Amino acid sequence: MKLLKLVPDNTNIGFVKLRHWAFALTALLTVLAVGATFYKGLNMGVDFVGGLMIEAKFETPPQTDRVRTVIDRLGVGDGSLQQFGDPRTVQIRLPLPEQGGAGAANAIVEKARKAMTAEFPGVTFSRYDTVSGKVSGELIQNGVLAVMLAVIGIAIFSWLRYEWQFGVSTFVAIMHDVLMTLGFFALTQLEFDLNIVAAVLTIVGYSINDKMVIDDRIRENMRKYRKMDMKALIDLSVNETLPRTVMTSVTVLLALGALLLLGGHVLRGFTAAMMLGIIVGTYSSVYVSSSLLITLGLSPATAEKKAAKANIAAQAERMGPRDDGAKP
Amino acid sequence: MLNFPRWAVAGILLPLLIGIFCAVPSFLPDRVVEQMPKFMQTRVNLGLDLSGGSHLLLEASTQDVAKQRIANMEEQVRTELRRGDTKIAIGDISSRDGKLSFMVRNPSEVDAAVERIRPLTQGAGLTGQRDFNVEVVNSSTIVVTPTQAGIDNAVKGAMEVATEVIRKRIDEMGTREPTIQQQGANRIVVQVPGLQNPKALKDLLGQTAKLEFKLVDVNANPAEVAQGRAPVGSEVLPYPTNPAGPPVIAVYRQVMVSGEDLTDAQQGYNQQGNEPIVNIRFNGAGGRKFGQVTSQNVNRPFAIILDGKVLSAPNINEPILGGSAQISGSFTVESANQLAIALRSGKLPVALTVVEERTVGPQLGADSIRAGLTASIIAVAAVAAFMFLSYGRFGMYANLAVAINVLVILGVMGILGATLTLPGIAGFVLTIGTAVDANVLIYERIREERRRGRNVVQSIEHGYKEASRTIFEANVTHAIAGGIMLALGSGPVKGFAIVLLIGIATSVFTAVTFTRLLVSYWVRAKRPTEIHI
Repeated sequence: MKLLKLVPDNTNIGFVKLRHWAFALTALLTVLAVGATFYKGLNMGVDFVGGLMIEAKFETPPQTDRVRTVIDRLGVGDGSLQQFGDPRTVQIRLPLPEQGGAGAANAIVEKARKAMTAEFPGVTFSRYDTVSGKVSGELIQNGVLAVMLAVIGIAIFSWLRYEWQFGVSTFVAIMHDVLMTLGFFALTQLEFDLNIVAAVLTIVGYSINDKMVIDDRIRENMRKYRKMDMKALIDLSVNETLPRTVMTSVTVLLALGALLLLGGHVLRGFTAAMMLGIIVGTYSSVYVSSSLLITLGLSPATAEKKAAKANIAAQAERMGPRDDGAKP
Repeated sequence: MLNFPRWAVAGILLPLLIGIFCAVPSFLPDRVVEQMPKFMQTRVNLGLDLSGGSHLLLEASTQDVAKQRIANMEEQVRTELRRGDTKIAIGDISSRDGKLSFMVRNPSEVDAAVERIRPLTQGAGLTGQRDFNVEVVNSSTIVVTPTQAGIDNAVKGAMEVATEVIRKRIDEMGTREPTIQQQGANRIVVQVPGLQNPKALKDLLGQTAKLEFKLVDVNANPAEVAQGRAPVGSEVLPYPTNPAGPPVIAVYRQVMVSGEDLTDAQQGYNQQGNEPIVNIRFNGAGGRKFGQVTSQNVNRPFAIILDGKVLSAPNINEPILGGSAQISGSFTVESANQLAIALRSGKLPVALTVVEERTVGPQLGADSIRAGLTASIIAVAAVAAFMFLSYGRFGMYANLAVAINVLVILGVMGILGATLTLPGIAGFVLTIGTAVDANVLIYERIREERRRGRNVVQSIEHGYKEASRTIFEANVTHAIAGGIMLALGSGPVKGFAIVLLIGIATSVFTAVTFTRLLVSYWVRAKRPTEIHI
């Protein structure tokens, strides 16, 4: 049986040579993404803006206009409707009453339920969320804090492990991934809720995984080929790890694709975000973060100094009982 | 690298077997699992988004607690200074800005007054901290200010009692396996799986259920009462269902009997048998007090007050001596039953408001499980086929590792009693995708080493050794992201983070260690001189 190879052996693609183009394209896309986020805004879910969300399931596909009329007649504020892939499911968003707290929100749900049942017999509310303004504020704060902490924490880890250039390039590349994801949500106007924060964190985690593998190879090659030109060395490392980069992205995309098509509408935005993030993350690993090391002035000399230090540390470790798998 | 001593083999296989074993109960029906011994019931809990149910976040107002304490303090100060032979006259009592201040009429008694109220301000514990500070301003005004520690303590105490009361109320409703937890300083999370209509639950938790009986002030001028003014010693309370005119009524401030003196409350019907009421029973002291007051006030009305609102104001036709009474007040069977539950479980020490609610119907939950399961199966199949096509025999080793990994994750979640949420299923699918990453790293490395001309055994040894370091580093960073999600995420996101973190830990073990064991057995048995990878 002939085995499948997505990437041929011994590729020699000049990624570093393309870096100016790649940087320009990346910068342009990132600016567009940030612009879209500011200009169009994110379609924030009730998690982040507070309010009432009711997901209603109908016996037969309803006319959205009629649903809207029923909701407008309730007189509880500006409602907005949204439909998912399933034509029988409609999501209704309502503002939370400013006063009266939980009791009032309760009353609205009951009112809506009565009015809808009268108009569309057999309708059920398959889920509903109410989030007060105070809680939604905290959720935003925690979400932003979580993403920032993750990005910074990981950048610090890779700075301590390697040279500072790795930390900076990783940070830049990951910020790019996060911003592109935000831009994607601004453009598609998919709902941005708590789950999406989890998706963004996962993208951060995955993307860093990818960059670590390449960074690790660069470091290994720096030790192996001390005299090699930095550009050639980075090209070599990226090419050597290319089969793995592509293979892993494809397997993850396969798994996520199954989830996107079959996982139900509740997770659709979440999965879409992750798929986009995987693609963007893979791109930034190959084209952005490693080439950026050159721009940041990584050279074998700086690496050697650090390696020397690490060596002393490594020797110190040897003072203990040896356990490197060597057998007598 | 490829030689495993026997103890190492046992060390690798044993945890995997335990993990798989612990995953089994999650696939068995409820009936079977209930008959198993307790330690074997390692099942994955389903989150509310999968089982259906309600999640409520309740918040207590700390200002409310502080206000109540000041009101209590005012009451105590009044009683204390009026007590005994040497009464101290005070005036200008005010409780504004969270402080209590009053003037001592005779300036020479200021020191004596401070001496007498000082014991009231001591904390209950042995911490030596005061709950209140007492100061004398302008030589005749005494100001009592609560300390922060005192407020914190009071809030803490109130929240503990509130959590207990809520637990009792929910248990009385007869729902299954509710989760009730205090969160932060002044919040309580309530999760009730499988609840169809959370309205009743919210109504129940929204009641403070402070019950009081007070005499109606029949001498008050109705016109003044309608404007909200009451004679000295009386107060005007809302009375929404007042049959005689305005929705207010004047009652004496003094409490005849309160809900604290109850021993039981049950829903029932009035004597005509057509109107739902709540039958209550007092304890000994409460029954005596109630009997005494009703004996002295025959043919006068008294008010039944719940949470500051008058429910009804029946006439006392005869002394009520038996220690039991009934509460009427335009109830439905449901609301009478609810009040009975609330009264049985005691009053909440502080009012709670729902600041966040998430309810998922059981139908959507079941749909989500089915969709998630289908997606997972297809994902596993697609990844497995792809791995086999790419790496042949080695791909199958990786697939076996993934299959075991899925079971072990479920087993570990069962042991920890972790909750599987909808994003958790996504975490599962993602773990399947990334678990093979470790194998991809190793196999690609083996391919490379072969191309560089190393022999089979050397390539495999090198592949595992070099790739392991990379895998470790990549997973540490991945775990950083997961750990942050676990720490800062809420609800479903936490569920996702748990699966991710467990998955990272187990996948390194199955993908690296377990496949190495498989590969080593094959290499030793066949001694291949060429590998197809």
